[in-house]
Amino acid sequence: MDLRFTSAELAFRDEVRAFFRTNLPESIRTKLIEGRKLAKEDIVTWQRTLNKKGWAVANWPVEWGGTGWSPVQQYMFQEELQLTPAPQPLGFGVTMVGPVIIAFGSEAQKKHHLPAIANLDVWWCQGFSEPGAGSDLASLRTSAKRDGDHYIVNGQKTWTTLAQHADWIFCLVRTDPQAKKQEGISFLLIDMKTPGITVRPIITIEGGHEVNEVFFDDVKVPAENLVGQENKGWDYAKYLLGRERTGIARVGLSKERIRRIKELAAMERAGDKPLIEDERFCEKLAAVEVELKALEMTQLRVVAAERQRIDNKPDPASSILKIKGSEIQQATTELLLEVVGPYAMPYQPERADDERWNEPPIGPEWAGPIAPTYFNWRKTTIYGGTNEIQKNIIAKAILGL
Amino acid sequence: MDFDLSEEQRLLKESLDRLIGDRYTFEQRKIHGQNPEGWSRELWSQYAELGLLGLPFPEPYGGLGGGPVETMIAMEAFGKALTLEPYLATVVLAGGFLRHCGSAEQCADLVPKIAAGSLTCAFAHTERYSRYDLGDIETRALRDGSAWVLDGEKGIVLHGDTADKLIVTARIRGGPRDRDGVGLFIVDGKAEGISRRGYPTQDGLRAAEISLTHVRVGPEGVLGEPGSALPFVERVVDEAIAALCAEAVGAMAVMHELTVDYLKTRRQFGREIGSFQILQHRAVDMLIALEQARSMAMFGSMMAAEENAAERRAALSSAKVQIGRSGKFIGQQSIQLHGGIGMTMEYKVGHYFKRVTMIDTMFGDADHHLRTLARRGAMPTTT
Repeated sequence: MDLRFTSAELAFRDEVRAFFRTNLPESIRTKLIEGRKLAKEDIVTWQRTLNKKGWAVANWPVEWGGTGWSPVQQYMFQEELQLTPAPQPLGFGVTMVGPVIIAFGSEAQKKHHLPAIANLDVWWCQGFSEPGAGSDLASLRTSAKRDGDHYIVNGQKTWTTLAQHADWIFCLVRTDPQAKKQEGISFLLIDMKTPGITVRPIITIEGGHEVNEVFFDDVKVPAENLVGQENKGWDYAKYLLGRERTGIARVGLSKERIRRIKELAAMERAGDKPLIEDERFCEKLAAVEVELKALEMTQLRVVAAERQRIDNKPDPASSILKIKGSEIQQATTELLLEVVGPYAMPYQPERADDERWNEPPIGPEWAGPIAPTYFNWRKTTIYGGTNEIQKNIIAKAILGL
Repeated sequence: MDFDLSEEQRLLKESLDRLIGDRYTFEQRKIHGQNPEGWSRELWSQYAELGLLGLPFPEPYGGLGGGPVETMIAMEAFGKALTLEPYLATVVLAGGFLRHCGSAEQCADLVPKIAAGSLTCAFAHTERYSRYDLGDIETRALRDGSAWVLDGEKGIVLHGDTADKLIVTARIRGGPRDRDGVGLFIVDGKAEGISRRGYPTQDGLRAAEISLTHVRVGPEGVLGEPGSALPFVERVVDEAIAALCAEAVGAMAVMHELTVDYLKTRRQFGREIGSFQILQHRAVDMLIALEQARSMAMFGSMMAAEENAAERRAALSSAKVQIGRSGKFIGQQSIQLHGGIGMTMEYKVGHYFKRVTMIDTMFGDADHHLRTLARRGAMPTTT
């Protein structure tokens, strides 16, 4: 057992860190540090910068643009992205539909879609959840009926993140209504410009627009947009949802948030001394740091195990990482709420994607996003499979209960 | 020892619940919020008609002679509907200062107008660096003949944007955190030298940042004995904390009810999700948190009139701790148990979650009050 990375690994980390620091526009970095919204262009610009370096789709097979890095290097790359902080490559393309197309798609689909995913020429969104199919995703009802060389799609998807920016959507659709739930589902790629598709914003409690409903009304989808085999979509979805996504624990992100908490607590006076010198506050901060260190160690154990992993089966430990990671993320928002104190209250919404609220801030200039982030991050224990569902998975897959 | 409401208190509760039930549904609340002031003048006059705006004032001034329990009843009803009107700011806070420090002339002038619904007020106290320390005040009041001249910056003044009168704390002497030297002043909201920047709050209310530049206050605007105001500030804030606890309990009760209903109606995996034991236990944990909060809101209301200041302060600190903890737990779990829809603006529960979160930031969060209690060594033992 040895906690130290090799000198080659450390050199790699330095190289990655230096590249991010040099090439990420300071305006984007500042937005992330301050908890402000990124514009669509911010995410596109950065991903294209990464893609030019050959790093946009780091854990894809090398033939499709992957880097061939070891699990440790993949882990370090993710950590450094989050620590900078820098935007992640758009997950729906890079870690979801891309790998599914690689594993199960046709050559034509790979050639057509993969380079555009890597360069974020095409923005993808995920059509999985429905109003009646949340935790019980397999009960989805959006249907795709084969009609000649097309599928006719009818139904409704919800919680579709950033569909308002999307060019394409990958959908789980029901192609065999007679089959058992999981066995009648197909994985279909749909152009968002196809007639019959309507996107309706869902405003979340902090006032932001991240998610949407997407309605399908007799949408004609070419049959060649089916990925893999008809009625095998659930297997592809399980593959997608269970893949070890390095960085799912968001350790780097939470480390950066802790750094920010300390920075702000040193500036906020509580009585005659800064909050960072308050013993009780420091105890609470230390408790979260301990949890985070434990999570980091667990994540490293998973990464190390991946080196030995010969099969491609998902590691059930990723559920542990998701549960603990999301709870720690939420803990950081609570600490920030405590730091801002009474100035949590003024509602200072950001206007439009790329405009800063151009009136002077109320209270400390960093106060605006604090309460909204606290509210918005309640989602971390809900999305990607609620923590309750994750615990069911662990109970079954690891404990055999 | 009893926790029953009197006949009169029950009537007050019923008539208010009825008014709120008729006029303050979630949809109607959206409409009230679209008024230019951010709240409903029409509802405000309905409250006046019910005697709510005169509730805690002595009868000679047009009040109903009610105490903290009456305020608790009103605030819980308001909390259930997340009402937007400036009741806390006007009746509880400003009203409290008038009751405890106001001269006969000041009360005769202002209380009947408050009770009639023609005057709203706000308490301008918090400052940029004061956080939760009630005695941390940098706004200054300098003597000028028989008048005082106020200079300073006040923040997070609840309903300060439209208040007709502001109750302002300012230091007449001493250092920023000295217990001695605090004065209380009634200032007209449109007085010369007052500049107000209004804004919405996270939970749909209104507040303001207020600048005071050489604001003159004549002797008629001085509340109580200048320099000795801090104990009165603490007293009125304790009454406000009791009121906030009751409001929070109203909000928590709704969140809990919405969640239990959702558990009974939402179906996944072929069954109602309330059939899953883990969610049942969570709903029970929420109920326990709710009942503990309700108990402490009652305790807080009953102790709000306690003459022994140290015991009163400790009691209200402990109530605020409980409300903060219960509010956080019930709020967070309500969202969690609703899944995705709990995260939407369209659905009710998120709005209640935001309100209890904001209540925790008013007059000291749970951690602040825990620190206060810890510094005292413990809570006072009750007989």
